[in-house]
Amino acid sequence: MLIETCGLCKVYGVTVAVDHLTLAVGEGEVFGFLGPNGAGKTTTIKMLLGLATPTAGQARILGRLPGDPAVMGQIGFLPEQFRFPPWITAADFLDVHGRLYGLSAAERRRRSAQLLARVGLADRGRSKLGEFSKGMLQRIGLAQALLSRPRLVILDEPTSGLDPLGRREVRDLIHELRADGVTVFLNSHFLSEVEVTCDRIAIIKRGRVVRLGTLAELTRQRAEVEIVAAGMTPEIEAGLTQWGRIVQRLAPAEAATPPDAGHLILAVADEAVAPQVACYLVQAGARLHMLAPRRLSLEELFLRVMEEET
Amino acid sequence: MRSIWEIARLTFLEARMRKMLWAIVLLGIAFLILYAIGFHLIYTDLRGAMASNAARLLEPINFFVLAGLYAINFLVVMLAVLISVDTIAGEIASGAIQTIATKPLPRWHIIAGKWLGLALMLAVFTVTMCVALMFIVKLEADYTVRNPVQAIALIVLEGLIVLTLSILGGTRLSTLTNGVVVFMLYGLAFIAGWIEQIGGMMRSEAAVNIGILVSLLMPSEAMWKRAAYLLQPPFLRELGLDATPFGAASAPSEAMVVYAFLYTALVFLLAVREFSRRDL
Ligand SMILES: Nc1ncnc2c1ncn2[C@@H]1O[C@H](COP(=O)(O)OP(=O)(O)OP(=O)(O)O)[C@@H](O)[C@H]1O
Ligand SMILES: [Mg+2]
Repeated sequence: MLIETCGLCKVYGVTVAVDHLTLAVGEGEVFGFLGPNGAGKTTTIKMLLGLATPTAGQARILGRLPGDPAVMGQIGFLPEQFRFPPWITAADFLDVHGRLYGLSAAERRRRSAQLLARVGLADRGRSKLGEFSKGMLQRIGLAQALLSRPRLVILDEPTSGLDPLGRREVRDLIHELRADGVTVFLNSHFLSEVEVTCDRIAIIKRGRVVRLGTLAELTRQRAEVEIVAAGMTPEIEAGLTQWGRIVQRLAPAEAATPPDAGHLILAVADEAVAPQVACYLVQAGARLHMLAPRRLSLEELFLRVMEEET
Repeated sequence: MRSIWEIARLTFLEARMRKMLWAIVLLGIAFLILYAIGFHLIYTDLRGAMASNAARLLEPINFFVLAGLYAINFLVVMLAVLISVDTIAGEIASGAIQTIATKPLPRWHIIAGKWLGLALMLAVFTVTMCVALMFIVKLEADYTVRNPVQAIALIVLEGLIVLTLSILGGTRLSTLTNGVVVFMLYGLAFIAGWIEQIGGMMRSEAAVNIGILVSLLMPSEAMWKRAAYLLQPPFLRELGLDATPFGAASAPSEAMVVYAFLYTALVFLLAVREFSRRDL
């Protein structure tokens, strides 16, 4: 395991930022770390990197204690909020960080040029960071995180401030990293992006993990079946509850279905029950116009999880 | 150890890129030119007036040398605070420290590197200015100051005391608070130096003790007092003509210098400890 935490806690005064967080991230995984504002994501990352000391619990990163210089050379990090020194040029900035990683002069030159091109700043190497826009700073920060060809990359909201093209580029970059076997720990609010890049996802809320698993695992548990049928009686509807809960009833007009048809959404534990539901409705005498299982998108799942009580 | 040097190098780069080096060099040169002109004019006048008694000339020359060195000493203290007050606090506030502290280096290397870089710049400035001033006096009046090496070393040490304190402050305080605290401490030591001095002349033991106590809390001004004492020709001291506003009638002892060394080392270690413990 590249990242392991056990009962990790961080308390700031009366605020519990991270509450007994236990996670493990394996080699080569792209791990998405989601949660609403103030859920404790950045605080967790800081504890993983040795920037903040846990109030309780332990963390291991590449098998060592956070901040151990022996492993920090294999880790790249893009912090969440930063104002890099405005007086330094982009090329010097990468050179300085390359030096801190202990790269040789030749290696630094090569990597700087490569990465500046990779993040679309090839012609801005001589510009000072003070002249950069927010998205350009984000890009140079990303380049900095990749300097040492790290085994583990920790990105705290890498796409905040990026234009749609930039977000696309970051997504491609993460795919490339995964193809190279690099582990990525990603913290993002763009759920559609997490959906397509992450192998596993943890959703945290008030410092606790409330969901953890692959996208398929998370969304399968919360599948829905959309039903349009005429001739539904209260008894038939009551019978549906053996598979799940009716979560929504749409007005017929809205659904553009036959005027006498009812339109409802049934939340089920597993989408595999759809044929049984269909069979039941037909046998019970309802006239089935449509029955469609669908998975929740990550965003819908996220919003549902946030509404839940914990 | 290499990373200490890399951090020190970064402080040079910053000073250069922010044009701070240029500002310091140009203003330093302006100071020296002004001093040379002033010294020349006054010395020419005095020599005419005191042609009959050349030995009497030593007193005003000594006064101007001490005044010049005192001004440099003050510049060194100001510079020590200004170059270091924001270096840690500012980078913590901006988050820029996070990308540095997550590199493969122990945290104390960051403090050590910054200290080294700033201390070198400060020391080079101090030595250059003092040597240039002594050279001007030598050329103009053929006057050789006494104990120049020890005196310059003491002024450098004074700068380092202030620098190290302000680095310690930066690990816990915001830039502004840190600046205020370090300047206040310096002011306190300055006043205490006077209380001690005047107390000594009036033979008030209580006043002397207060002065010493504050010097223990902040030994910066005591270094200047000792430097001034060493710089003066001994016969002036014996004649009791040496209590210039910038000089010292009595000097802090060598033990005080040893204390100041230990004090600086302790403050440095505290800075390392505080920085290593805190969340960034
Ligand atoms: N230095 C600090 N001092 C006091 N409280 C803090 C500190 N840092 C974070 N917190 C608190 O800890 C909680 C978690 O903050 P954190 O920055 O980890 O959230 P986050 O999940 O990264 O949120 P966002 O999505 O907005 O970035 C918040 O309630 C925040 O107020
Ligand atoms: Mg955050």
